[in-house]
Amino acid sequence: MSDGFDPSSTDPVGGVRRAPRAPVAETSEGAQELGTRSATPSEELAREVGAAVLRIPEGGVVDAGDIDVERPSDETMIINMGPQHPSTHGVLRLMLELDGETVLRTKPVIGYLHTGMEKTAEELTYVQGATNVTRMDYLSPLNNELVFSMATEALLGVELPPRATWIRMLFSELQRISSHLMWMATNGMDLGSTSMMIYGFREREMVLAFFEKTTGLRMNHDYIRPGGVAADLPDGWEDDVEVICDTVLERTYEYDELLTGQPIFRERMEGVGSISAEEAIALSLTGPILRSTGVAWDLRRTMPYLEYTKLDFDVVVGTYGDNFDRYAVRLNEIRESIGLVRQIAERMPPGDYRVQDRKVTPPPRARIDESMEALIHHFKIFTEGFRVPEGEVYVAIESPRGEIGCYLVSDGTSKPYRMHIRGPSFVNLQALPTLLRGGLIADAVATISSVDPVMGEVDR
Amino acid sequence: MTGTAPTSASEGVAGPPGPPGPGATEAPGRRADEVAFPTRRSYHDLVASYKASGFEQLSDLTAVDYLTHPGRALPPGVEAERFEVVANLLSLSLRRRVRVRVQVPEDDPVVDTLWDLYPGAEAMEREVFDLLGVRFDGHPDLTRILMPEDWEGHPLRKDYGVGRVPVQFKEAPGPR
Repeated sequence: MSDGFDPSSTDPVGGVRRAPRAPVAETSEGAQELGTRSATPSEELAREVGAAVLRIPEGGVVDAGDIDVERPSDETMIINMGPQHPSTHGVLRLMLELDGETVLRTKPVIGYLHTGMEKTAEELTYVQGATNVTRMDYLSPLNNELVFSMATEALLGVELPPRATWIRMLFSELQRISSHLMWMATNGMDLGSTSMMIYGFREREMVLAFFEKTTGLRMNHDYIRPGGVAADLPDGWEDDVEVICDTVLERTYEYDELLTGQPIFRERMEGVGSISAEEAIALSLTGPILRSTGVAWDLRRTMPYLEYTKLDFDVVVGTYGDNFDRYAVRLNEIRESIGLVRQIAERMPPGDYRVQDRKVTPPPRARIDESMEALIHHFKIFTEGFRVPEGEVYVAIESPRGEIGCYLVSDGTSKPYRMHIRGPSFVNLQALPTLLRGGLIADAVATISSVDPVMGEVDR
Repeated sequence: MTGTAPTSASEGVAGPPGPPGPGATEAPGRRADEVAFPTRRSYHDLVASYKASGFEQLSDLTAVDYLTHPGRALPPGVEAERFEVVANLLSLSLRRRVRVRVQVPEDDPVVDTLWDLYPGAEAMEREVFDLLGVRFDGHPDLTRILMPEDWEGHPLRKDYGVGRVPVQFKEAPGPR
């Protein structure tokens, strides 16, 4: 508080204080960075080399003193990668300890995209809340909206009309297709396959065009809201969806020719960045990373939500938990999602696309002109919002990256008392020390990509 | 140690607990998650016993600052404190979740780490420490994770004000 701290820079309202500016140290993250081996305590060192995880399945509890980590003092070098590195998918910063070209230790340094969205959520009503959470995982925004809406509805105790549920499933699966296509594109680019990048974006564009037609936006839709969805499907949506399904399915077989059977691609993916099922479970990993190790854990199947029990689909699993298995899991999940979209389109029930409860959803526009009560309801919902009964709930769904969860605490007002999003990317990044250990620095880029982190969700 | 309120009978250290605690709301049609309320002293042991009974994964760990909402519903015998650390355990074999809510007092915000049981707790506990200032005893690397290293305060605490961006065209001096 002393040297150079200006008391007038303190916010009188809430005490938002910033430390005095120290020009030299401004870029340093201090203890968040990777230190030398001699300066790192043994528990932390064990974690950075991934050894702590290996001990878990046998003994149940880690005793840090038991773990032997060799401490070569010279011959190794600590290098910094990111945050402004094109292959880190945003602003991920990794600090790596290298012995020649071999990675010994890894430490992700995150927070460069932190915007305090959980704090922001406490200032927004439940009606506005979906607009906030949709910006977290910007490659699958509809899943963020879905989990927030489902948590709010669980507290409210509203039952949705069937069409709203099925529209939600339709968009959730289309989102999975677009997100995995985006992953195929960037993963291809990270491995030098620029054509895959262009093809992936081309196919994703079709899905985004359909989103734009329905929701008005290509990303950050605020389409799935507490109480249902914002608008009904547009006329002729069946044809659009049919074209997406046919085209993307056909193109996945082109990807097979371009990548799956390609010797250079396989050489770089197979056996690289392996993780075992025990390690994956211990590190709280979910989604394609967990499934690539052979654990058939998909919340759509194992803890069903929406109406997934009524649909027929396979949970795709791998065997070795390496980069290639994660690639194969995602590629085949695109195909499974196409099958799901077809089934949903076939069985889309008629009816209302949102719950007709004037305390939760606004009245139709036409009613406002003729009914005073409708006008009042409209006004109340968009100014004050609706009140949510006291309680706390944790809801989790399967996003393209794994389990996205929403822990919501309500104190009975129209704003969440606390909203916490369990971001799958945030948790999955913990796998990097284990995945990268012993591998080559040249493969690190491919391995980071195979985790599929979205930094907007990591940092929130 | 202030967090020594007795656990309610069905939620002791040994066995899996019974019905969801008051205040827990679940979606219609879904089976309610179990909620357990250990004391700070029995927290680590309870989670260890859950792990032994098949809860292989720690899904999520977060905390809530109940400063401005003190009168929340808690089972009898559980004394409300300012902070509450919430750990969500998941059993892949039983397909069940359990939520462990432990009360943490304001004047001594420390709980045991779960890192030795679940290595996945590492980043989540760092996040709670960074944003709410609850410390985890035994955590290998308890540093800030999302905020810059030189940041003061813990933003998700309720007595931490929301930042304001100064308006350029008014003369009022802003915080920065």
